Amino acid sequence: MRLELGHVLIKDVQFGSETKIENGVLYVNKEELIKLISEDEHLASVDVEIAKPGESVRITPVKDVVEPRVKVEGPGGVFPGILSKVDVVGSGKTNVLKGCAVMTTGKIVGFQEGIVDMTGPGAEYTPFSKTNNVVLICQPVEGLKQHDHERAVRFAGFKAAAYLAEAAKSLTPDTVEVYETLPFLEGIKKYPDLPKIGYVQMLQTQGLLHDTYVYGVDAKQIVPTIIYPTEVMDGAIVSGNCVSACDKNTTYHQLNNPVIHDLYKEHGKTLNFVGVIITNENVYLADKERSSNWSAKLAEYLGLDGVIISQEGFGNPDTDLIMNCKKIEAKGIKTVIITDEYAGRDGASQSLADADKAADAVVTGGNANEIIKLPAMDKVIGTLDYIDTIAGGFDGSLAEDGSITVEIQAITGATNEMGFNKMSAKGF
Amino acid sequence: MGKIKVVHYINQFFAGIGGEEKADHRPEVREEVLGPGLALKAGFKDEAEIVATVICGDSYFGENIEEAKKEVLEMVKKYNPDLFIAGPAFNAGRYGVACGTIADAVQNELGIPSLTAMYEENPGADMFKKAVYIVSTKDSAAGMRDAVKKIVPLALKLVKGEEIGSPAEEGYLERGIRKNYFTDKRGSERAVDMLIKKLKGEEFETEFPMPDFDRVPPNPAVKDITKATIAIVTSGGAVPKGNPDHIESSSAQKYGKYDIEGIFDLNPENGETSHGGYDPVYANDDLDRVIPVDVLRELEKEGKIGKLHRYYYSTVGNGTAVANAKKFAEEFSKELVADGVDAVILTST
Repeated sequence: MRLELGHVLIKDVQFGSETKIENGVLYVNKEELIKLISEDEHLASVDVEIAKPGESVRITPVKDVVEPRVKVEGPGGVFPGILSKVDVVGSGKTNVLKGCAVMTTGKIVGFQEGIVDMTGPGAEYTPFSKTNNVVLICQPVEGLKQHDHERAVRFAGFKAAAYLAEAAKSLTPDTVEVYETLPFLEGIKKYPDLPKIGYVQMLQTQGLLHDTYVYGVDAKQIVPTIIYPTEVMDGAIVSGNCVSACDKNTTYHQLNNPVIHDLYKEHGKTLNFVGVIITNENVYLADKERSSNWSAKLAEYLGLDGVIISQEGFGNPDTDLIMNCKKIEAKGIKTVIITDEYAGRDGASQSLADADKAADAVVTGGNANEIIKLPAMDKVIGTLDYIDTIAGGFDGSLAEDGSITVEIQAITGATNEMGFNKMSAKGF
Repeated sequence: MGKIKVVHYINQFFAGIGGEEKADHRPEVREEVLGPGLALKAGFKDEAEIVATVICGDSYFGENIEEAKKEVLEMVKKYNPDLFIAGPAFNAGRYGVACGTIADAVQNELGIPSLTAMYEENPGADMFKKAVYIVSTKDSAAGMRDAVKKIVPLALKLVKGEEIGSPAEEGYLERGIRKNYFTDKRGSERAVDMLIKKLKGEEFETEFPMPDFDRVPPNPAVKDITKATIAIVTSGGAVPKGNPDHIESSSAQKYGKYDIEGIFDLNPENGETSHGGYDPVYANDDLDRVIPVDVLRELEKEGKIGKLHRYYYSTVGNGTAVANAKKFAEEFSKELVADGVDAVILTST
């Protein structure tokens, strides 16, 4: 399966009378976008704002972040099983609006939605301070149940991203990247001397604001399976969760999965990147056992020499992570796991809820309990009403002057467990 | 600041009193510099001065820990030093434990910056490396010079309150305190690099060494459950409607104690969860799903349990540090015992 990703570089986003891209500027017809998103009867009101890197702007509570992409050639459309039919995606050509993102905010659904600062110390921790963001402020109709509220806002993000990306459909991209994974046996034959490497991606599947969807299927309902790495670049996996904001994989992360990209970089050189095994993180023990058995079984079946396992979330899924690691290592397959830590504000408590000596190669996204002070911003998109109660906040997090003292777990993407960031932690 | 005043602790062997046959030597203090103190003195040059040396036999300390600790603390206190150094103990086990015990006590009870030094496999190292700085030494006194070279700068930093670098930079045993920092490569690239090294059998360094876990053996079964007072304790975030104590949705810094007298069933009007780590819809709909008050009330009525305790204790387990959880439990388990509770049902989520 071969996919050409055409990057249309977006240097700026502005409102305009027509949605279009010219000279690296994305113009957004605000009224048209609002009208499109407002079609959902679950939403009482929709507004759109723009937030750019370096601006004194705080966006919260952030639910999801989506990168606009559009299918140019090849089967299917982006977000199959959700916005498009369920064709198998991941081949042909896809154009990407690089440097911009759609972000969703509005009344909080749960506790897990995050903070994105476009400047200041908080901006260092989130990748979305570096993107030009089209922010949707979606307010639910009175009395809407949490599950319906979450779904409505999730779809709003996808629809807005698809709408904006349409403007890039006929454009010639600024840069093109080509990714190819051969059918299994051909791929093995092509690099007989290189170690066969897989990627075990754990998807968060613990219920409201903890769900992930694969081709539109709630990933709670799947058994581990194999997908081509390029499928995810067309939106085969989307986020419906925020657990906590710091270690939620937004849809943007899913589309730009850094493990996949970095394995591709070494593909054919130091390793043979065979494919992706996706598995889930359900709350029942039997599900955990079954899914980790299956991920190990599939790794063995593919004859892999090594895998990278990425986690999503923390606490309960630490068990899934360690089960996957232990069982895959027991098959004689080398593992590296990517996780993050909850070592307490002082960093002195044990970081994970489960551990095993088989997990001897760990990459960490950092300690999510570390405290940060975020100065007040000139403008808030969304609301500061929930700062004290979101995961990572506490009584008094929001000061009268608008500054915020929170754990970095409240910052969207801060301790990402796909290894999206440069942060790590070490022992003192 | 004048010269930094140091009290030094050593055992009978390093004081030149004798070996095993003198290990029962009782604590004494001498206003002089002895044994390894001479090397420390040379290392400190004019910056610090050892004003007294406390000597104690290893067996005496080991067999009379509480008493010995008290005696030594008294001796140290008298000199009101700026710094306390114990050892180095190298690979001497009882000496290492004594050094760790007393350095910990001086630091925490007297508030005086303290450190010790020993070989990483000394049993005292594992016991105390989290509590005090332990400089890593070789396994015998042949490593004295090397030890002093590391002890002196670290000790001075501790007294001056300067920032302490990483274990590798300063030469102390890792204390298990995790701190964030920014690297030059993103995590996924670090993972790929690590995997390639692991596959080739090359040396690699994990970013998080697996911890040793506490295991808690369960208590014996309750003898007669029909007479027992049962309390509910939960990490599922169960709280009265409105979360009156504002227990955090993640990384809880507190717990709540809630009266359930007269409550026979939980419902959306009288209870909810403040937990941010699971789907709260079903708990908010019926909080008995998290703390089974309704069932326990029935069992109480049927005489199958003695009674349900009037209060339940609750916190949020989501992202909460083990240290916090321990602290909460230490407090409220005393109350539970004082209130005559015989058994606790712990629910998690």
